[in-house]
Amino acid sequence: MISGMLDIVLALALMGLAWGALASADLFKAIVLFIAFGLVMALVWVRLNAPDIALAEAAIGAGLTGALLLAAYAKLHAASPDTDVDNASRVRGIPFILISVLTLLLTAALGYAVWTLPSDGAGLGNDVAANLDRSGVSNPVTAVLLNFRGYDTLLEVMVLLLALLGAWSLGLSSPRREAAPGLVLDTLSRLLVPLLILVAAYLLWVGAHALGGAFQAGAVLAAAGVLMLLAGWRLPAALAALPLRLVLVAGPATFLLLAVITLLLEGRLLQFYPQWAGRLILFIETTATISIGATLIALFLGAPPNREDRQ
Amino acid sequence: MSAALFYALAGTGLFSIGLHALLVHRHLLRKILAINVMGGGVFLVLAAMATRNDAALPDPVPHAMIITGIVVAVAATALALVLMLKLTTEAGHAVLPDGKDDNA
Repeated sequence: MISGMLDIVLALALMGLAWGALASADLFKAIVLFIAFGLVMALVWVRLNAPDIALAEAAIGAGLTGALLLAAYAKLHAASPDTDVDNASRVRGIPFILISVLTLLLTAALGYAVWTLPSDGAGLGNDVAANLDRSGVSNPVTAVLLNFRGYDTLLEVMVLLLALLGAWSLGLSSPRREAAPGLVLDTLSRLLVPLLILVAAYLLWVGAHALGGAFQAGAVLAAAGVLMLLAGWRLPAALAALPLRLVLVAGPATFLLLAVITLLLEGRLLQFYPQWAGRLILFIETTATISIGATLIALFLGAPPNREDRQ
Repeated sequence: MSAALFYALAGTGLFSIGLHALLVHRHLLRKILAINVMGGGVFLVLAAMATRNDAALPDPVPHAMIITGIVVAVAATALALVLMLKLTTEAGHAVLPDGKDDNA
């Protein structure tokens, strides 16, 4: 009874926050509501017995996406000061009614489709459980991510790199922040950054048999980097060119290399010998964590760190 | 109604809220938020379906797919935001044209 009430409250909060984020007239308020939406979503993942997703959602979905959105909002404000005036612009009149009616019809159709799904799909849980001891790790989600469906994760790491290449190719310059950080931000970042790096290493290590993994660790690493950027830190110019690019590519390159090696030795992409799987997965995850963290920090910056010096 | 079905229906609701906002709003930042809400709805349906079979642990395959999806969503959002900023520096605003009153 109590847990049923909790589910209803969480679902209503989710809907309300989503609606508020998308309908509020103030763009800044919309972003803040969206971050709150991500945090409630993390609670829902815990309710659905998915703590791995909850961790990823809180770190990436709410935390990092929120930082990206707020940074973009600040830049948008600088580029076009009247952005809050025209942000309320939306479709009105007959098209609005048409869109609303069609969306309602689609909602009903989707709801019916979900309602009529069989209530006891076997899924792949039993197959994963049966083969878990051959995967090299004991956390089933990590086993699926890095072993059973490793090619998904390989492509995902590539997508992350591709997004960064796309962002860099647009030729924006990262804004030079001259203002010194306040005392609170300065002290806090000095205290938090070492702690965040420690947490990232812990999540990476523990991901093999408990809650954690490369993506959560990478996101926590990225949070440390974003905090340092906000406190005024910039990558030294000597590291901005080749060393940065090597770090960004290390994860995808290691993953790709292992994929090619396993393809040549075993005849199948990313099929590990059971006795080697644990070590290989930890190796892939370590390089992937560093690259994911660096890529997310670079995406937050939005432009190559050395571009502002060239102009 | 089981909790799985309840959250799956909530997921379809989120998807619809996002889709409606995506079509109705003209500001690009609002459209990016809307796509993220739609993605959240899809993830919710997937995760709810993973808990259907009343086992001790839910199906880990959809969970892994959702984690992959969250990372891809943040990558796509970051790229979309940079595209929006590029458009703003070129066009002076981040709002899509009406289609009726500015033919320029």
